[in-house]
Amino acid sequence: MTELKTSVDFKKIDEILKEYNYNKTNLITILQKVQAIYRYLPEEAISYIGENIEGLSPATVYGVVTFYAQFSLEPKGKYEIKVCDGTACHVRGSMPVLEAVRKKLSLQNGKMTTPNGLFSLETVSCLGACSLAPAVVINEKVYPKMTPDAVLIIIDTLLKENE
Amino acid sequence: MSTELKININEEKEKAQKLIEKQGRRIHVCASTGCVANGALELIEEFKKLGADAQALTNEVKMSVIPTGCIGFCEQGCLVVIPDKKLTYVHVKKEDVKEIYDSLLNDTVVERLLYVDPALNKKIVNNEEMNFYAKQTRTAMKNCGIINPESLDEALSVGAYSALSKVLEINDPEYVIKEIEESGLRGRGGGGFATGKKWRSVYQHRGGKSYVICNGDEGDPGAFMDRSVMEDDPHKLLEGMAIAAFAVGADEAYIYVRAEYPLAIKRLRKAIADAEARGFLGNNIMGSNFNLKINIREGAGAFVCGESSALIASIEGERGMPRPKNIHMAECGLFKRPTLLNNVETFANVPLIILNGAKWFASMGTDTSKGTKTFALTGEVNNTGLIEVPMNTTLRQIVFDLGGGIRNGKKFKAVQIGGPSGGCLTQEHLDMPMDYDQLTKVGAMVGSGGLVVMNEDTCIVEVARFFMNFTKNESCGKCVPCREGTKNMLAILEKIVRGEGEMEDLDRLEELAQVVKQGSLCGLGKSAPNPVLSTLKYFRDEYIAHIKDKKCPAGVCTALKKYRIKEELCKGCTKCARNCPVGAISGNVKEAHKIDTSKCIKCGACKENCPFKAIVVE
Repeated sequence: MTELKTSVDFKKIDEILKEYNYNKTNLITILQKVQAIYRYLPEEAISYIGENIEGLSPATVYGVVTFYAQFSLEPKGKYEIKVCDGTACHVRGSMPVLEAVRKKLSLQNGKMTTPNGLFSLETVSCLGACSLAPAVVINEKVYPKMTPDAVLIIIDTLLKENE
Repeated sequence: MSTELKININEEKEKAQKLIEKQGRRIHVCASTGCVANGALELIEEFKKLGADAQALTNEVKMSVIPTGCIGFCEQGCLVVIPDKKLTYVHVKKEDVKEIYDSLLNDTVVERLLYVDPALNKKIVNNEEMNFYAKQTRTAMKNCGIINPESLDEALSVGAYSALSKVLEINDPEYVIKEIEESGLRGRGGGGFATGKKWRSVYQHRGGKSYVICNGDEGDPGAFMDRSVMEDDPHKLLEGMAIAAFAVGADEAYIYVRAEYPLAIKRLRKAIADAEARGFLGNNIMGSNFNLKINIREGAGAFVCGESSALIASIEGERGMPRPKNIHMAECGLFKRPTLLNNVETFANVPLIILNGAKWFASMGTDTSKGTKTFALTGEVNNTGLIEVPMNTTLRQIVFDLGGGIRNGKKFKAVQIGGPSGGCLTQEHLDMPMDYDQLTKVGAMVGSGGLVVMNEDTCIVEVARFFMNFTKNESCGKCVPCREGTKNMLAILEKIVRGEGEMEDLDRLEELAQVVKQGSLCGLGKSAPNPVLSTLKYFRDEYIAHIKDKKCPAGVCTALKKYRIKEELCKGCTKCARNCPVGAISGNVKEAHKIDTSKCIKCGACKENCPFKAIVVE
């Protein structure tokens, strides 16, 4: 999967650090901004942030990155598929939906991004859209009341758009 | 002590109301997460194209489409409400817009889009006849679904910032704290701590820099009332926070919102900017010399950050791990300064308590639990959505009156309340009021107010496994009992669900549960065993069925399922045998087939493909 990783433009990171005054209490916001650019947190970026903010080290930044589920050390797909597995979605059948996506995209052995970088798949604990259970979110668009068949139709549409 | 303010809130309110009168008849379209997913934004565009646009009204057309917050009736989305006619249209699609529009011009009703009451099988023409609305008492969510959440004028027209104005005029923190104390308001985030008492202890440490924090990290799966307040009536939250900040002597505040709520973050940002521009927040608020800067911090996906000390660590930019509570936050909280931390819904109750008085609030609810509580009603119930009811409302009223009963005519089994920290309530609790202390007594808790209704097809053991898996994943790993205990409890539950459990496992589960409960530092660990303990208490027979009989009574657990072909229905078409991926089905053409259960992987492909419905799961 290394081929998906991008080289880091430190100028861009400098701009973000400056915007947040090189202040360590803003670390989580800084990491969110960096991840918004690369769709993941490249190792070089983590080290760079740790070295350039007073009171932090690459290790502490790495510690924060690995603590929060939102941060990823691997590139995410162009389409980030989030299957909600909150209680309401779980009770109404989110697992068969997840399984259908996993099969369709041939994601195995814990790998969650397709080799071509088009899709990545994850479960989230609750989107607060419980009335639409089971819900799936693809790049911030919420798809209500999913079934295994319905989610496959959506993925097929996205695949066609990218042919 | 009283001060004269430079902004007259009554004049502002009147001005705002005049602006709104100019819009003519209002057409409310719910534009919250749920309805947007069902296409609400297209409806709004369609209404605008027809001319119902507040920005472009003509003399012929005197109506405006207003994107509102969530009305709570998410199950029926998209929702269109005509407030002056008390009409609600449900499941509205783009194609229906023209018909609704014409009906408003001709003063008729589009019958086919009315809500049908499932119990009475009757179309509802007047909102007041709708059980879902009529049986609610809305205070925290009063304006949700009534106003356009992105407009300060709309908020002002229904009285936003009037309570703050009253507080600043009286200019006495003692008065505010007394009102809150006397109202009996308790924390709506789960713990149920007395809000007034909390405010007073922070007030006692005033003098230097103090902070107010709003906990909007609504992480409990199955709860979304805080999202609704933040998205649908952001100014009410900001006003509640400003009143709190004035009372405890803080000039800076943070709202910690989970990253999964992008719309809430967007609307709060806009609301803060709008309020600052008009002098309702920021420096010298309404000309009173009181200053308050409200910041927003986005969470990054960690359930434990809903715990107060972990949330503070997260705002400070660190791993969100809880800290010991021997030093109180009222003295040493955020950046080591006195800090007041309350939940979104708690703050949202404040303005109305100030305006209507503590007595009004205390007149609702039970002896120890005052006021109203919002609940997120989800799962196998007819009307899912958000509701707000007085705290003496019973579970039966919620599930059967407001919720319209169990969907598809199935049987009620249990309600899981309070998410992964809560417990389950059964048939025997249906007539119990939903108050803090009663629920704690039976091993559940109000928690954030998520109610997941389960029917006979829900496997209780699987649900307990689901919650344990959740807390295991979300345990921050700081203390051993929680980190290792949840892992081991999960392993046992998984074993039972796989059909490999032994009776001793139940004792082990209970023993471990006590260790985790007593040995964990924060609320996450302390309450993690609750779902297991309460299901063991009320549904022990279901655990035993999994262990002794190797059966899942609800037919959910895959490992315990057995597929069988009913000989009398099988026509021998061979379709199942051809679809079986492991060759477990045998039989001659036009003769009844058989499944070799030792080979069967329980994928269900045979059942799905059988044209004669001859395959059953046992």
